[in-house]
Amino acid sequence: MTSTSEVPPFPMPRARGCPFDPPPTLRGLQREGPLAKVELWDGSTPWLVTRYADQRAVLTDRRVSADMSNPHYPRQGPGIVGSLSFIGIDDPEHARLRRMVGSVFTVKNVAAMRPAVRRIVEEAVDALLAGPRPVDLVEAFALPVPSLVICALLDVPYADHDFFQTRSRLVVNRTTTGEQRTEAMLGLADYLGGLVAAKVDDPGDDLLSRLAVRIRAGELTHRQATDVAVLLLLAGHETTANMIALSTLLLLRNPAQLALLRDAQDPVVVTRAVEEMLRYLNITHGGRRRFAAADLEVGGQVVRAGEGLVMPTDIANRDPAAFPDPDRLDITRDARHHIAFGFGVHQCLGQPLVRLELELVYRTLFRRIPGLRLAGDFESIPFKHDALVYGVYELPVTW
Amino acid sequence: MKITVDDDRCCGAGSCVLLAPDVFDQRDEDGVVVLLDARPGEHLRTAVRGAADVCPAAAIALHEEG
Repeated sequence: MTSTSEVPPFPMPRARGCPFDPPPTLRGLQREGPLAKVELWDGSTPWLVTRYADQRAVLTDRRVSADMSNPHYPRQGPGIVGSLSFIGIDDPEHARLRRMVGSVFTVKNVAAMRPAVRRIVEEAVDALLAGPRPVDLVEAFALPVPSLVICALLDVPYADHDFFQTRSRLVVNRTTTGEQRTEAMLGLADYLGGLVAAKVDDPGDDLLSRLAVRIRAGELTHRQATDVAVLLLLAGHETTANMIALSTLLLLRNPAQLALLRDAQDPVVVTRAVEEMLRYLNITHGGRRRFAAADLEVGGQVVRAGEGLVMPTDIANRDPAAFPDPDRLDITRDARHHIAFGFGVHQCLGQPLVRLELELVYRTLFRRIPGLRLAGDFESIPFKHDALVYGVYELPVTW
Repeated sequence: MKITVDDDRCCGAGSCVLLAPDVFDQRDEDGVVVLLDARPGEHLRTAVRGAADVCPAAAIALHEEG
């Protein structure tokens, strides 16, 4: 057994002054080889898969499991046990649950949401322009936009946003204790469970009602429906909000790229920019987690049944074998094959909606506020180094 | 080129529909892939190869025909 002092801890710190780049230690591991042992918060030492092709291979391998209730699963932190619905279970039950909400996120249905999402984005920019300067773009724009979208989709009252945003933040904060996280998850489950129960008696046309109908049909328990609702609310606003704020900051730091995006006539420029932002920032920095349910080979090495596997997609999306000159931000490149949404059957279900939200934000924010700029020092911006979902806590801007 | 899809494996991510909407669609009830054109024309093949490459569930198989 290797002594743990030689095994680097994971996640790793980023280099000072390089908040948009993966940690240097992680890059070093990628250069050295396809697999490396790392140590997690609980002292466990899973394999870290460093390269793009190997991460994709592992994430599509049917011999790996995403079962979060299994002790072999390399957990992100204390207090996350179950309750994340289908992202923490394997097929066929995973597919059964995921498909119950799959219709909502089809490309066609998300395209039909375009006018509603556009209205939300336009109104958020109206509010910015009517409000004080400088302003915190996180609080005034990046968080409200996806929260309003997911609230409309689920039929969750937006008036309750403080309640669910506070608890969601606790869930994804790495320094949250197990007790706090469990309490936050239970708070969200109580809240959404109540809304789902009301829909059982009086269903509407929203996503919670679809779940309620499944409860009535005996296909879902109330608990299962609630877990799906918690997952969608959490994933639906927290990740997108961080992506909006962090990518806005990245663009403000890269004025030539921002000008290209703002002045683009061809809509393809914007859709390509969305993919490049997702690739470059890849805000889920905790790595995709799995364990080997049977022996398998990764990058020419054997991984034994029961061993944990961590796939940090941020480093895969900077793998020179998959993306030429990977550290160069280039919104014109074809980055469509990035794995910022994960890979395998657990790949983000809401990705068409995320793409739509980012596209509309990029088309609207910079064109309507062409003078948008940072209101303080770049060096004093608080980055979420302590969170499972990366981003900024505050983004003071003016124009 | 002949395309086959494995609708058991499909996870409804929709990547194929974004890349090749003339060839792939999704079922209304659960988002699972629907193959619209199993033998697409020459002009669609690059898009189809792209769709197969980004399919997260590896549910799209391409068979080159002589």
